[in-house]
Amino acid sequence: MTDQTSLQYTAEHEWVLVDGDTATVGITAYAADKLGDVVYVELPKAGSVVSGGSVVGEIESTKSVGELFAPVDGTIVEANAAVDADPSLVNSDPFGAGWLIKVNFTALPTLLSFDEYSALVAE
Amino acid sequence: MTDPESPAADRTSPLHPIHVDGGASFTDFAGWQMPVSYGSDLAEHHAVRTTAGIFDISHMAEILVDGPQAAQFLDYALAGKLSAIAIAQAKYSLLLTEGGGIIDDLIVYRLTDDTFFVVANAGNRYVAAAALKERAAGFDVRVSDLSDSYSLIAVQGPNSRAIAEATAGITEISVPLDELKYYWSTDASFEGLPLLIGRTGYTGEDGFEFYIQSDAAARLWAALSAAGEAFGLVPAGLASRDTLRLEAGMPLYGHELGLDSFPVQAGLGRVVNLKKEGDFVGRAAVEAGPPHGAHVLVGLTTEGKRAGRAGYSVVTDDAAVGMITSGALSPTLGYPVAMAYVDPFVLEAGTPLYIDVRGTRIPASVVDLPFYKRDKS
Repeated sequence: MTDQTSLQYTAEHEWVLVDGDTATVGITAYAADKLGDVVYVELPKAGSVVSGGSVVGEIESTKSVGELFAPVDGTIVEANAAVDADPSLVNSDPFGAGWLIKVNFTALPTLLSFDEYSALVAE
Repeated sequence: MTDPESPAADRTSPLHPIHVDGGASFTDFAGWQMPVSYGSDLAEHHAVRTTAGIFDISHMAEILVDGPQAAQFLDYALAGKLSAIAIAQAKYSLLLTEGGGIIDDLIVYRLTDDTFFVVANAGNRYVAAAALKERAAGFDVRVSDLSDSYSLIAVQGPNSRAIAEATAGITEISVPLDELKYYWSTDASFEGLPLLIGRTGYTGEDGFEFYIQSDAAARLWAALSAAGEAFGLVPAGLASRDTLRLEAGMPLYGHELGLDSFPVQAGLGRVVNLKKEGDFVGRAAVEAGPPHGAHVLVGLTTEGKRAGRAGYSVVTDDAAVGMITSGALSPTLGYPVAMAYVDPFVLEAGTPLYIDVRGTRIPASVVDLPFYKRDKS
């Protein structure tokens, strides 16, 4: 179980785990709950160059579609093949096995802390 | 999906505390806070197809029509011939405008010779009740909006009959449930209170709908749930209700039906009875038919997993020719399904169609509705 307090967050309900120059990105449990059962994800291919704030993928539930934003400028190192095969991981373990992409970045923008994100979703 | 005329923007069902306890997430539906799911809408969907699900649909509107001329009045006010149905029979009908548009789709139960129970969509409660009251002028009939005193619980799925039969407190069932036919109803009692049970539903499965006075709804829900434990009954929310009805090809008001669609465009020509004697509201317009080339409702399927959604365009190689009204990745079938209004000439010509999924064209096949039909063995 990932320690959620150690993660950083975006206002688009994504979490970011920074390890050196690699950011692992997923959607929060709050976002997964709002979407409902995820049935399909479309993720960027490894090697894709992405810019922070742009839409790089989609997360579809039975009832709606969510967009995946790149939280940083960088290059996709890996997309989670396990989620591609079993999209329900996004619901069952959003902060762990349900991670979506790993991005290699050069500069990290200011992200939200756990407390800041918690305050955002409590509104 | 909102009801601007509703005086209360944030109504809750009498079952609301039960849903909160059950871990439901809620959605605003026609001014009501209703359960969207209790955890997994997919699991709820599959339960209805394989065992059973219980739905709170207390937001639906109930309008009582009674009086010596009730049947005659409904023949005038609605598109179908309600005078032709037997006591205890139910009929799907439409409330049309003079111009042939659809104000609401309804289920009408005949309770006695001159008493009918009209069930309307929550979002159309006020407009439907007002239209009926207005049309009642000149008829010896009374139209009463009883929505605030009735609750509606649906149990749907292959095990629904066994569950209803095993439910403690349900007694005095006039017609045994194994003899009750689809779209028929029976009187019963729940803890001594009047209970109407219809073999009706909105999922494409066998199932029953229970009309009960609101102050007893929580006890009925609890009794049905307790009986259902042995039969795989799960509480199910509006998200699964939507995918279930979509697979079953059933229209949803505001999506497939509206003031700007004629019944025939929606594939509901059979619901309008042009052979019945006398005038009825919308007759002249329906006889004249919709404008030449008016779009018609079709079923579409696509390959892969990306579903077309309400509002997405249906296109040919060189033109937009229609729009999706409902769509999802079908949980039962495993591929995307959608209902869409499409140009009839394009359909006739068999021109290849695509759906535009956020900029990507995905080839679509036109198929007969429903997408899913239960095995009636």
